[in-house]
Amino acid sequence: MTTDEQKAIESEIYAFIGQEVYPPTPAADDINDAMIRQWAEVMDDNNPAYLDKDWAGNSLRGKTISPPAMMYVWGQEGFQVTKGRASNAMSNLVSTFDKHGYTGVLGTNVKQEYFKEVGPGDNVTIEMIIDNISERKTTGRGTGYFFETLSTFTDQRGEKIGTQRFKVLKFIPQEQPSAAATEDKLDVPTRIASPRGHDNKWWWDACDDGTVLIQRCKSCQTLRHPPRPMCGECQSMEWDSIESTLDGEILSYTELHHPKIPGYQYPLVCAVIKLAEGTNLVSNIVGCDPSQVHIGMKVKGVLEQVDEKTMLPQFYPA
Amino acid sequence: MIANVKDKAVIVGIGNTAFSKDSGVSELSLAVQAIKAAIDDAGLKPSDIDGMATFTMDNNDEIEVARALGVGELTFYGRSHYGGGAATSCLHQATMAIATGMAETVVVYRALNGRSGHRFSGGVAGDITTADAIHWGWYMPYGLLTPASWVAMFTQRWMHNTGVTKDALFEVAHSTRVYGANNPAAFFYGRNFDRAEYDAARIIADPLQLFDCCQESDGASAVIVTTPERARDLKQPGVSVLGVAQCAADNQEQMTSFYREEFAGIPEMETAAKNVYAMSGLCADDIDAAVIYDAFSPIVLWQLEAWGFCGYGESGDFVKDGALRTNGRLPTNTHGGQLSEAYIHGVNGIVEATRLVRGTSVNQPAKAVNHALVTSGVGIPTGGAILGKMN
Repeated sequence: MTTDEQKAIESEIYAFIGQEVYPPTPAADDINDAMIRQWAEVMDDNNPAYLDKDWAGNSLRGKTISPPAMMYVWGQEGFQVTKGRASNAMSNLVSTFDKHGYTGVLGTNVKQEYFKEVGPGDNVTIEMIIDNISERKTTGRGTGYFFETLSTFTDQRGEKIGTQRFKVLKFIPQEQPSAAATEDKLDVPTRIASPRGHDNKWWWDACDDGTVLIQRCKSCQTLRHPPRPMCGECQSMEWDSIESTLDGEILSYTELHHPKIPGYQYPLVCAVIKLAEGTNLVSNIVGCDPSQVHIGMKVKGVLEQVDEKTMLPQFYPA
Repeated sequence: MIANVKDKAVIVGIGNTAFSKDSGVSELSLAVQAIKAAIDDAGLKPSDIDGMATFTMDNNDEIEVARALGVGELTFYGRSHYGGGAATSCLHQATMAIATGMAETVVVYRALNGRSGHRFSGGVAGDITTADAIHWGWYMPYGLLTPASWVAMFTQRWMHNTGVTKDALFEVAHSTRVYGANNPAAFFYGRNFDRAEYDAARIIADPLQLFDCCQESDGASAVIVTTPERARDLKQPGVSVLGVAQCAADNQEQMTSFYREEFAGIPEMETAAKNVYAMSGLCADDIDAAVIYDAFSPIVLWQLEAWGFCGYGESGDFVKDGALRTNGRLPTNTHGGQLSEAYIHGVNGIVEATRLVRGTSVNQPAKAVNHALVTSGVGIPTGGAILGKMN
């Protein structure tokens, strides 16, 4: 795709930012005990503040409340949606993405904020807009855009109950290597971890705990990385370690383009870094555009959780 | 001490299967087809084979190959480690076995479904079962897990040190593809290729682009090695091993020797070259043509320097003057190399080097080829050999 084509698509999709998906619409039914009970059963949440009128009556509130996380439930359309929905700004945005090949869809996260408690007898009004759309991103799932809707909930007095942000990735599905094929679409891949054995487990365990260590010979003090069971200088098998300050300089680097391995975020830059202590370490360069990375660049590392399972040193321009 | 193996072992038969992206047959089937072709080329019978040498990476057990071919008894079998670094190491094993009398006739083979089966571009992963798992673990979590990415890391620093540009990488990529376009067995047979296509191709791992990389292939290659005495009675003119060496240098890792004081170099190949020259009594000026392991274009340049055809950092100028072309100083990878014939882990290179000495390459240089160099993969423990006409 040329830059001009991308700009044309972006001018189409960015026009949706700020558009209203649902105008302020009161829920068809007031908050009621029956729906609360069903929701609590399904969610296996037996909080007496939602369910037990006697208990709640003796509490500081004096009455039951609706579970805060239910606020989005009250405005849901009923069975009528099986006959189709009227188009709105969100469905138009989705079909615009689809038209340009961004057919993949992945709900990435929901974030709710609560400002006021409501309970049986109150009525929830929902209003939803398209709040923001990201720049074009390359992800493990494919290249695309994140869009985020913002729903605002108010009660019958016009007072704000809470908000909900819902982020969706619309992307061009990429061909995944067969090794990465997974039957469970919710199983988001993580980076490939090092196997841990006698000679390296201590290093990775320290990494998990937030430090990068360098093995040191107890006999001649020579530092060595990657770790080995014996000192090549004096053949001693006694060793301890020092903690690296993670100050370093890039000796070489490469930006990985193909294949894109599931579990890794691209752009992805790997580098050989000479640490201030004198040993070399391979790691990622982050926090700058890949085109700015160069040999001789000073970098500073920090331990970061890069995915659900992985702690790694990541280096930023110093 | 210099090993005394000159003229002790002679290549008498060569064989390839067809090269493809999907062979549709087992790797064992490919292995025995290539070996049978080499046996036929030599004018031998399967039962004449008494030794085998292949890669630790090869999936075809010697006994399975022997049984399928009807070889009978084996008195020597030895495997060489380190991926493509094993190519001429297998020849090294065969030569030692024959020179010492452990075997009389040894087949060197490599068979792989490298495209339809396990692909190297898929990267190393956490479930690999070799003793190297811990080693790859220093790189996998960061995403540095394919051969192209490891070679790119060396290339970036080497280009930075030497000022060599992509013009030189293109000349390697282009010269081999011109050869491949004239080789009916090559993937690139009949195909045009120019700078515009090279520049427009996708980036694999910066600075390497698609045409700097070899093609994953299905296929097999084999060569038959025997004693000079036996060779004299056979169908083909003998091609003698004048020198062969392997080397793992100081502070070596597999593809990731990033911990050396200066890592933009291949000291293991410099040592192998010195030893091969000493065994053969030859020097770079005596080499007429070459098959230089070319999984990626820049590694050809480093090897030209390691074998003394030019100094460190001078290979860019050396190739830009047309040295690798058929009428150049050192016609190189005349079969199209692994960049454009097929990637059979360098053993198809031993086949081509034998053809160059026989005078039967599809791109045979006009000049006499008395001495041909053939090398193994680099970035790993490696080696090479010089082949010449049997006296």
